[in-house]
Amino acid sequence: MALVLCLLLLVVVSGAVGAVDVDPTQAAQIVLGHLVPGMPWMSDGSLTPLQDQAVWQFRLPRALLAGLAGAGLALAGALMQVTVRNPLAEPYILGVSSGASVGAVLVIVFGSAALGGLSLNLAAFAGALGACLCVAALARKDGALSPTRMILAGVALGTLFSAVTSYLTITTSAQNVVSVLFFLLGSVSAATMSSLIGPALALGAAVVVSGLLARSLNALMTGDESAVSLGVDATRLRGLLLVVASLLTGTVVSVAGGIGFVGLVIPHIARIVVGADHRRMLPVTVLGGAVFLMGADLLARTVAAPTEIPLGILTAFVGAPFFLWLMRRGGAERAGFGR
Amino acid sequence: MRVELDDITVTLGGRDVVQHASLVAEPGAVVGLVGPNGSGKSSLLRTVYRAVRPRLGTCRIDGRDVQRLRGRQAARAVAVMLQDPPTDFDLSVEETVMLGRVPHHASFGRDTAEDVEVVADAMRRAEITDLADRMVATLSGGQRQRVMLARALAQQSDVMVLDEPSNHLDISHQHELLSTVRSLGRTVIAALHDLNLATQYCDHVVVLDAGRVIAAGPPQQVLTPELIRSTFRVDVRVLGGHDPVFGFRRLEPATERAAERAPEPSSHDLRTESSIPT
Repeated sequence: MALVLCLLLLVVVSGAVGAVDVDPTQAAQIVLGHLVPGMPWMSDGSLTPLQDQAVWQFRLPRALLAGLAGAGLALAGALMQVTVRNPLAEPYILGVSSGASVGAVLVIVFGSAALGGLSLNLAAFAGALGACLCVAALARKDGALSPTRMILAGVALGTLFSAVTSYLTITTSAQNVVSVLFFLLGSVSAATMSSLIGPALALGAAVVVSGLLARSLNALMTGDESAVSLGVDATRLRGLLLVVASLLTGTVVSVAGGIGFVGLVIPHIARIVVGADHRRMLPVTVLGGAVFLMGADLLARTVAAPTEIPLGILTAFVGAPFFLWLMRRGGAERAGFGR
Repeated sequence: MRVELDDITVTLGGRDVVQHASLVAEPGAVVGLVGPNGSGKSSLLRTVYRAVRPRLGTCRIDGRDVQRLRGRQAARAVAVMLQDPPTDFDLSVEETVMLGRVPHHASFGRDTAEDVEVVADAMRRAEITDLADRMVATLSGGQRQRVMLARALAQQSDVMVLDEPSNHLDISHQHELLSTVRSLGRTVIAALHDLNLATQYCDHVVVLDAGRVIAAGPPQQVLTPELIRSTFRVDVRVLGGHDPVFGFRRLEPATERAAERAPEPSSHDLRTESSIPT
């Protein structure tokens, strides 16, 4: 509940902060006015077109994309952690972000025409899914997906993709290098309402699927054999989770780049706060991810204004100390940190 | 429910770890599976709860092939008390026992009042009620085993499979566990290391050696010193008549005891002799 309130508050504050002067009430009025037709303040001249444009076309999509990306990455991270049953797992564990980077960097370096007119977003998405399919194929043996092989294949393939990205980056012009770095570190500054569609659909589907599977996820957490004895088909569930998490990560990475840290740490924070039972932990993860990344983006575009700090730098800079503090505090054994 | 393992062969990594093993557990019977380490006890049990698909043969519960059942259907028929489960992400004791209710539900939704009651009852029987809020990772091996027992009880299945259920338990909990399991009136198949426990609590024992069933029948008849010598490669003797405490025949290793009870070796005499200066 508190998280939902936080989320709404952040939408309004994000709308109010920036180069064009808008106060929080006006920001709230603009957002509400676009959602509910016939609001008096939209036509009585109290808001300038510039204010309206700044809030509705730039700040709101941006805040929403940050929220969607945060929620999506956090959920994908939580799902990957159960899938490979490893607390170090994160959305990019299967080489998904390195795959996306290769796609994006190819477009930046060679131009989209060279890749059959593929846009940067689509190329990144294709790269992400390609990487994930490779890992799944490599990790498959005797019809079962082994968690250990998934991690090792993901790490190896990720390294390979990173090498390609690094080579392309170092051999291209200086101007392109900045674009590449910006993508690699992640940013939601290019958000438009239409760029929200992919992540929103993927997040919606993933929330529904993981909600339906919450009990089975708890069973999977205790091991394959244990899951099977509780009537949960571990291999099939793992395959499904892999697909869901990859689609989620792929859609987010394709529009927001490689935002790190959220997917690894938000699920752990959720476990520290409410325990490891997925029926309680997943909602907190999704909302917490959204709040965290919206907050981080707000900071990213304000602390050093007018210069903007890449989001990936900020998430790590703010998130890491916070997480470490939480981990050292009492109560962390609920998340499995007791040993 | 009647459990019937028919001519089961399990192949792992190209090796037949169980070969043409058959056994029948009549409804309500407690069947003990004994045999040396690596004799295939766990692999045979895994075919009952579908963690392993046998290469040959079938496992039937009330005449139905378990491999053909749906996952949840099978899990409502057979519960397993596993050895230590992994605890990378930790659940509390109560949450772990609640996992036993997974096969009784669609995957989402809240725990019903019935679930809560079944879980409380299972925890009471396993004597872990006071541990309910502890994290499983912080428990001792024996306490964890009782948690796994409670989870299996909460599953409310007619068949229970126990894979070395008592290896971490102290003597009183070993006996409590097996008498609890016995008192449920469910069909039980248990891999046991302790031949005396097997003798005391099983209606029927099946002896496995190198993946094959080499003997089966009532424990008193099957677990003879001769059979134990040939399968476990250890000499045992039957303690005279009935055990004074438990009122049944007990077996004990003959070699160690024999050595202990034998008169002091003559080294003592030798030493005294040699210390006499000549």
